[in-house]
Amino acid sequence: MEKVVIDEKPVEAARGPIAEVAGMFVKNHAAVVALVVLLLIVLAAIFGPAMYQTDPFEMVWAPFSPPGQEGFLLGTDYLGRDIMAGLLYGARVSLAIGLAAALMSVCIGITIGALAGYYRGWVEEVLMRFTEFFQVLPTLLFSMVIVALFGASLEVVTIAIGVVSWTAVARITRAEFLRIRELEYVMASRASGAGNFKLMAAVILPNALPPIIVQAALMVGSAILFEAGLSFLGLSDPNVVSWGQIIGSNRPYILDASYTVTIPGVAIFVTVLAISLVGDGLNDALNPKLRQR
Amino acid sequence: MATQTILEVRDLTVELATRDGISPVIDGLSFEVGAGETLALVGESGCGKSMTALAVMGLVPHPIGRIAGGEIRFGSEDLVAVGEDRLRDIRGNDISMIFQEPMTSLNPVYSVGEQIAEVLRRHQGLNHKQAWQHAVELLHAVGIPDAAARVSTYPHQMSGGQRQRVMIAMALACKPKILIADEPTTALDVTVQAQIFDLLRVLQRETGTAIVLITHDMGAVCELAERMMVMYAGRKVEEGTVDDVIANPRHPYTQGLISCVPHVTDDPSAERAPLVEISGIVPALRDFGADQCLFAARCQQVVARCAAERPVSNDFGSGHRVACWQAEVGS
Repeated sequence: MEKVVIDEKPVEAARGPIAEVAGMFVKNHAAVVALVVLLLIVLAAIFGPAMYQTDPFEMVWAPFSPPGQEGFLLGTDYLGRDIMAGLLYGARVSLAIGLAAALMSVCIGITIGALAGYYRGWVEEVLMRFTEFFQVLPTLLFSMVIVALFGASLEVVTIAIGVVSWTAVARITRAEFLRIRELEYVMASRASGAGNFKLMAAVILPNALPPIIVQAALMVGSAILFEAGLSFLGLSDPNVVSWGQIIGSNRPYILDASYTVTIPGVAIFVTVLAISLVGDGLNDALNPKLRQR
Repeated sequence: MATQTILEVRDLTVELATRDGISPVIDGLSFEVGAGETLALVGESGCGKSMTALAVMGLVPHPIGRIAGGEIRFGSEDLVAVGEDRLRDIRGNDISMIFQEPMTSLNPVYSVGEQIAEVLRRHQGLNHKQAWQHAVELLHAVGIPDAAARVSTYPHQMSGGQRQRVMIAMALACKPKILIADEPTTALDVTVQAQIFDLLRVLQRETGTAIVLITHDMGAVCELAERMMVMYAGRKVEEGTVDDVIANPRHPYTQGLISCVPHVTDDPSAERAPLVEISGIVPALRDFGADQCLFAARCQQVVARCAAERPVSNDFGSGHRVACWQAEVGS
């Protein structure tokens, strides 16, 4: 066959979008440190309870023994329960609820935002009014109502947090879909025969993901805070220990034994801060405007 | 033309809802595309060239636009009447399209091979491996060097010309009967333009695909097309073989378009006639449906009849059709 001459020189070897994002992420030192801290916390949550086999609900020593004494690294609380055990077992619950609730709100938010942004018209009207309805509800009160109605179990608490926090994801997703659906490659995909679902899920969504990922990361942090808030108010599952619950139950003794609330408080603070910094790093790495350098 | 007609557009009317009401942005347009031929749609911005292409693809922007009348016969089917499912089968398989902006027409998150393979999997039922293999062959066929390695690169790692080649590979992957090229070289360097035209010509000879070339570049028309159709304000004003129309344009608008093209001469100091412009602008959308010649306001040969009656299309022999009351006068 006749060969068409071309004079363009090849570029350097292929580097996928994921490798590129990882390269940018590493440049943000605070985010890298935060990621390491976060990984340590996750490891502690996964393996800690197996290595430190003390029941966090069992009275193991005299109440209010300060940290470091009698072999209890972080001391005991008002019922003589080991705070270290509470922290390790509670990490599981706090992180799991944070992840599950964030995942849930991301799923709801993406579905609603994608449908609204893709179809426009009355679909968008209905879905966005629905979103605004959830947005104006006072979130803490609304989730308290859900927990009060359906009982204080981990599932209900997770759903309660997820249901009140998806609106931001929906709005971000819709905004991205509105922008991307007008781009030429979407028209080109349509012109090559892609259907609506394919366009939404495989063409537009991957391009809309960066801000959604950042929002999702931040949402894990806020879900952990939310759970802590609920259990501080005594509205979380009383049969499982979580960081917020430790703070809540020791609240009356804050003046006599401040460490009982400070230690789980610091745990929440460090975790949420680490998640936020990682989210920030993701934002830097995924934001195409910042990527230009 | 002895060739068989594969696409026949009859009295196509596309309406667009604007703030001033509903305007027919394409108004009673009829044309044919023969198998394997190249037809150029020519006209300035906003005359309905791209909308015509979108109408053929069944991609008129919804809900602001709709096909209000006419038919688009492709084989035995009327593309206006068939459902969205059937249109999806046709798009990219029987009729495909390449766009103006190669920089933004490829999805940035997938490798180019993945994007070509996707079309093959969708329409030809190839499995992953076959589709990937075929994508490499297609990249090779469109003149990308070292295709086996370049197939896994991402669009941002390619130049504009290379991306347009990828677009062409994607559009021709299923050997379509018609390729609609919407200003395929407008965004490219002149040297790359020539390469892309060469490529299209070579591939057309191999695959027998008819090309509908949408452009406002008379050079591109002469380079690639056999027949041309000049559009103005959503209507066809002149149609014929490129040789006939360029040599003997009968519509004042076509005459204007051709005289607008600057000529390069050997002697830069030579006296040259000043470049002609067509004064005035395209009518506003709300005036599009009017029963008059829409070019009348800018026309130098205007007569009373132009503002009173819509010109009818007359045949001046060998398919050279002109819609102008003054066409008999000639040039």
